[in-house]
Amino acid sequence: MLLGMTSAFHLAQFNVARLRAPLTDPSIAEFVTGLEIINALADSAPGFVWRLAEGPDGDATAVRPLDPDVIVTLSVWDSIESLRAFSYQSAHLDYLRRRRDWFRPHDRPASLVLWWIPAGHVPTVDEACERLDLVAAGPSPEAFTFRQTFPAPELSTRH
Amino acid sequence: MTAPDDLDAGLAALGALTDGVRRAAYRAVRAAGPGPVGRDEVAEALGVGRTLAAFHLDKLVDAGLLEVSYARRTGRTGPGAGRPAKLYRASAAEHAVSVPPRDYRTAAELLAESVERSGADTALFDVAREHGRRTPPGTDVRELLTAHGYLPVETPSGIQLTNCPFHRLAEQFPPLICGMNLAMVSGLLEGAGAAAGWQARMDAAPGRCCVVVSKNNSD
Repeated sequence: MLLGMTSAFHLAQFNVARLRAPLTDPSIAEFVTGLEIINALADSAPGFVWRLAEGPDGDATAVRPLDPDVIVTLSVWDSIESLRAFSYQSAHLDYLRRRRDWFRPHDRPASLVLWWIPAGHVPTVDEACERLDLVAAGPSPEAFTFRQTFPAPELSTRH
Repeated sequence: MTAPDDLDAGLAALGALTDGVRRAAYRAVRAAGPGPVGRDEVAEALGVGRTLAAFHLDKLVDAGLLEVSYARRTGRTGPGAGRPAKLYRASAAEHAVSVPPRDYRTAAELLAESVERSGADTALFDVAREHGRRTPPGTDVRELLTAHGYLPVETPSGIQLTNCPFHRLAEQFPPLICGMNLAMVSGLLEGAGAAAGWQARMDAAPGRCCVVVSKNNSD
C-alpha cells in the first residue's frame, strides 16, 4: 500500500434534535429555508466526505429512526478539525445559536456523537443510533463529543 | 483554582508585565491584531528606541506572553532588506492569578452546561443583552468594545473583534457562548446609543470573535 496524504480513518458525526413543531409549521420556516443553505455549505466545506441525504430535497429530514418528531444529521468528515471548522467557524454557527427557536431541549442522555470509521465506510443510521447510546454512558474512543475527543485509531498492522 | 503551583506559574508570567514600558509593548503587539509585528513598529508605537523595544519584547517572550516567528517583510529596500525579520505575536496561553484562591472558570463551565441541558439559551441571551444595555450612553464604539475586552480592528464594512473575552468557554459551548456574546455586544451598542449607526451580527470565522460590528447603511 502506498503512503498518501489521506488518512485511513474518517470521522463520523450523528446528531439528533426534537422539533418544536412539524417542518411544515410557520414557526419552523426559517430552519427549513436554512437547510438547503447549510447543506450546500457542508457539501463544499473543506474536509467534507459524505452526508445522509434521502428524498427529493436532498436532505435527511425524512429519516426518523428514534421518534416521529426527532430529526437527525449523519455525516462523514476527514478530521475533527474539519467538522469543528464547519460547525462553529462558519455561517452554520448562527443556526446553532437559534436552535431553541426550533428544537426542544435535550430529553435524551446524548444528542451528538462522533466516532472513527475506516475511510470509505458509509455509516448506517442503525450504527449511528448504537453509537449515540454508547456515548450516553460517557465518552470513549468508540463514541465521543467535541468536549473530549480521541485520536483516530493507529494502523496496527505493518504492510 | 489558583493552587500554589499555578500561582507560581501565573505570577512568573504576569510579573513580566509590572514594568510600564514592557506592559505598553505587550499592549502594542496585541493591538496590532492577529498578525505578527516587528520591533520597529512596537518602538514607534511606544516612542522608544529599537534596542529598548527589542529588549522588552524578548523579556515578554521569555515569560511566555509573546511568541516569535521569522519572516521577510515586504516593501523594504537597502542593506539587510532580504534578511528575515524577528516578529512577535501574543501567545494564546491564558494566565490568571487569584489571591485567595477562587475558581470562577469551573463555576462558569458548570453554569453553561446547566443552561445547555435545560435549554435556557434564550434566558442567557436576554440577560446578556440587558447587561449590555446598562452601559452609559455616548461612549465611542471602539472605546466601548475595548473596555469590554474586545480588540476592535477596522475593516471596510465595520469592525472585527480579534479577541474573544470568553474564549475558553466559547470553545466548549460555541452556540451558547457565541449567542451570549452577540446579545451582549448588541446590548452594548443599544446602551451606548450607537445602535442606529452600528449593528452586531454573527460572522463566525477562525481566529477571531464570532461577532462583527457593521455600519448600518443609512438610506
